[in-house]
Parts: sequence; structure tokens; C-alpha cells
Amino acid sequence: MNSQESKPQARNTAETVARRSYGRLVAFLAARTRDVAAAEDALSEAFASAMVEWPLKGCPANPEAWLLTVARRKTIDAVRRQHTVETSAVELQVRAEALAAAANEAEIPDRRLALMFVCAHPAIDAAIRAPLMLQVVLGLDAKTIGSAFLVSPATMGKRLVRAKDKIRQAAIPFSVPEPEQLPGRLDAVLDAIYAAFTEGWTDPGCADVVRRDLAEEAFFLARLVAELLPDEPEALGLLALMLHAEARRRARRDAQGEYVPLTQQDPALWNGQMISEAEALLLRASALGSIGRYQLEGALQSAHIHRCRTGHANWPAIVELYDALLALTASPVVAINRALAVAEIHGPGAALAELSKIAADVRLAEYQPYWAARAELLAKVGAHNEARHAYEIAIGLERDASVRRFLQRRQSALVS
Amino acid sequence: MQYLLMLYVNETGWPKLSKGEQEQGMAAYTAYTEALTKAGALKGTNRLQPSSSATTVRIASGKTQVLDGPYADSKEQLGGYYLIDVPDLDAALSWAARCPTVGHGVVEVRPLWAPSA
Repeated sequence: MNSQESKPQARNTAETVARRSYGRLVAFLAARTRDVAAAEDALSEAFASAMVEWPLKGCPANPEAWLLTVARRKTIDAVRRQHTVETSAVELQVRAEALAAAANEAEIPDRRLALMFVCAHPAIDAAIRAPLMLQVVLGLDAKTIGSAFLVSPATMGKRLVRAKDKIRQAAIPFSVPEPEQLPGRLDAVLDAIYAAFTEGWTDPGCADVVRRDLAEEAFFLARLVAELLPDEPEALGLLALMLHAEARRRARRDAQGEYVPLTQQDPALWNGQMISEAEALLLRASALGSIGRYQLEGALQSAHIHRCRTGHANWPAIVELYDALLALTASPVVAINRALAVAEIHGPGAALAELSKIAADVRLAEYQPYWAARAELLAKVGAHNEARHAYEIAIGLERDASVRRFLQRRQSALVS
Repeated sequence: MQYLLMLYVNETGWPKLSKGEQEQGMAAYTAYTEALTKAGALKGTNRLQPSSSATTVRIASGKTQVLDGPYADSKEQLGGYYLIDVPDLDAALSWAARCPTVGHGVVEVRPLWAPSA
């Protein structure tokens, strides 16, 4: 140990280790006991001890191993203190032995992938999977997660506790599913990561630090899965899709902070490096020979960007991609985007006819992009009164102020 | 880890089946029970008589109240159970998925408290 290190340095080391190793340590501590909450408690106590000891004694050579040793001791202590109906003496013994066995392994094995499969297990409510992953793999608190998902910290906290109880009580296994079950189970993991990402992306102006950070955290998870499952095309597809979306973040706002739609964005503002990485990932994914939702969505982003960069209209190819995506997801959201692409080939009337096919879907009544798309198409066919009404609803549903102003400008441009 | 698989079925369906269909249905359960036994996972199983035979007992304002009929007046009623011992929830769910009940009813999977020493 180096006793010359200052307190801020020790804090810095602890924070770096926390960010890099939190999920790895939780996964390792909880793998045998399946008690995620206990692992998190022990780990937070270990971090607290580190904040006291490291500034005095210097940072240990292997901070991760130090934290693990302390956390394990705290877990065993906590287990011994527990005398609830739920934990029998036999079970306590098993747990203590499991933890002692864990101590004998030289390297801390990476069980984060298994932990992610636990978080996105079909027995866990789909709505809590993304928050759960953000908490147990990355260590985000309920307040941060709650604010991104528009849920109060207390409610989010309760839901997370409930999910962790379920993992322990129902004995959800800490394992990566067998190959025959992997595709379906992986979809749930990827969906949760994408949900974390899209929640983090609703504020492209980066005015809200919490939300911006959440997008970064989602990237960390997506990269982790793509790295641990390099031959799963959908894992690569998701990362590519996220990179494409992220690459244009800055271009989605002008200097005054106003919303800029894709067609009016300046490609010079796009992050070329991210786009290249996304394209390379999509290429690698397609070579693996199994198409899926995220690869198709990534390919669509790619096609839109290509058109904007080169000026070559590629709408028929885009409609084909939407057709494939629609066949796979039957999502009304995809149908809306497809209709907008159809408008570019066959005109706004044909697109409106497409939209009317899905108008009965109740989910669309509260979906801003549906009303915005309808308004846009109605304006193009000259039905200005109907367009004005559709814009009105779109504006009322939008929570981003700059998008709201954009829609208001479009609305007031209509001739009465 | 022990799990109780609770078999919820629509009771009106069974009497409407032909004798052959009923025999086929019973055979499916017999085979399922046999498979569970072979795998060493079965701890116990029973089929319940229709919920019309049920009686509920509770204490209301200090008096024991006995009522005719099942606790919950729902379309699907508990028709039987399997008590199984398997390593984890995934194993329990894969057994539940093989249970003939999932073709016509619902199987609820519930972990048991660990036995206290």
C-alpha cells in the first residue's frame, strides 16, 4: 500500500472501481445466494470502509479484491445475524460455505451476463427489468432511475425491492441460458437495455444530466453484452442502432436549442466515428446470418443517414426494411414510420390510407408521433383543418418543449 | 428448492368432453406424473374434487362462519397440484410448461419457504 496517497485520490480510486466493478462484484456475491439486495448492502458497506481506510492506509494494489474480501465478510456477518423464519440454520450454513468457496477463486469471474439474464428473466415484470439492470449492474440509485422513468423514488425503490425479493424467493438461476433458449431470453435483455437508452435519450439537449447519464449507462450495458456475446447478431444490432441514434444527438438541436428534424440536420454535426462503428457492427451482424429487430432498425438508421449524406433517394429500400420489421414486431410505431416512407414514393394520400389501417389501435390515441405524422400528411393533401386538429393533439402529448415549439411552428404555417 | 404447481382449470370444460377425450386427458396427466417421478422431482400430487364440493370457514365478528362454495368465485378454480423439488425457478417453469393443464387452464408456480431446522 502507498501511504502517500491523498484522500481525494483514494475517493477517486474508489469511485473508478465502483463504476467499473460494481456489477461484477454484485454478480459474484449474489450468484450462489441469489440474494441481490444482501450483496448490494455488503458492497455498499465495503465501499464505505474503503472511504475510511484508503485515505489513511493508501489504496490497495488490487482494489477489487479488497472490496470483495470486505463485502464477503460483511455478508457472512449479516447472514449470521439473520434469524428470520425465512432463513433456516441449514441455509445459513450453506450460504456461509458458498461464500467461503467463492473466496478461494483466484480471479473474480465475470458473471455480469448471468446477472443481466436474471434481471430480464421472464418471471420478472417487464417494466422493472431495465430499472433493475441499471441498479444491480451499474449501481444507480432508485432516485436517479425513478426520475428517468417518471416514477417517484419511493415507488421505484419499492418495485426494485419487490423484484429482488422475487429473485431470491423464487430462486431465479444465475446462469446464461442454453443455446436453444438464448435468442428469446437475449431479446428480453436487449429490450431492457434499449428501454434504458430511450429513456435516457428523450432529452437530446442534455439539459437534464440524469437523463444524459442514463444513455451512457445503457451504452455501457450494450457494449458489455456485445463483448460477452460477440456472435449474437442482435446484440451487435442493438449497439449499432444506439450508436446511430447517439451520433446525431448534437444535430437534433440548433444553436438556439430548437428541435431540428432529420431531413434538415447538418451531416457535418454527426459523429462520424460512431456512424462508422455502427456500420461495421451491422456488417458483422449480417455475416452471422440471422436477422432481427435491432439489426433491421439499425439498418434503417443507416439507410436514412446514407440518403441525407448523398442525396440519393432510397425510399423503396426503406419501405422494404419497414415491411420486414413490421412482419417481425407488428408494432404500430413501425407502421407509422413505414407510412411516412410510403408518402415519399406514392404521395401523402396513399400514406394516409396506410395510417387509417392502424387508427383503431387504442395505444395510438396517446402516441405523439402518430398525431404528428397524421398532421404532416393531412397538411400535404391540403386538409388544413384536420391537420390543425392533429397538430393540436400532438402538441398536447409532447413533453419536450422544443419539439412542442417545432410542432407549433408547423401548425401555425397552415393556411386557414 | 420446492415449488407448488397449482393447476387452475375451467371446471365446466371437463364434463363436456366425450368419454374418449376424458380418457385421453387422464392419460396425459398420468404420463406427466410418471415423467416427474422418473426425474426424481415429484414430492406429491393430488387432484381435487370440483369446487362445488368446497366449504369455506372463517371467523366473522367473533363467530365461526361456514359457507358453502369455494373462496374465490372465479371461472378458473384450483383443480389439483404437483409439489416438486428442482434446483431453481427455470427448472420449475420448464416442468410447469409440460403440464397438460397449460393447454386448457393456468399453472401457477409458487416457491415454498425453506423448511426451518
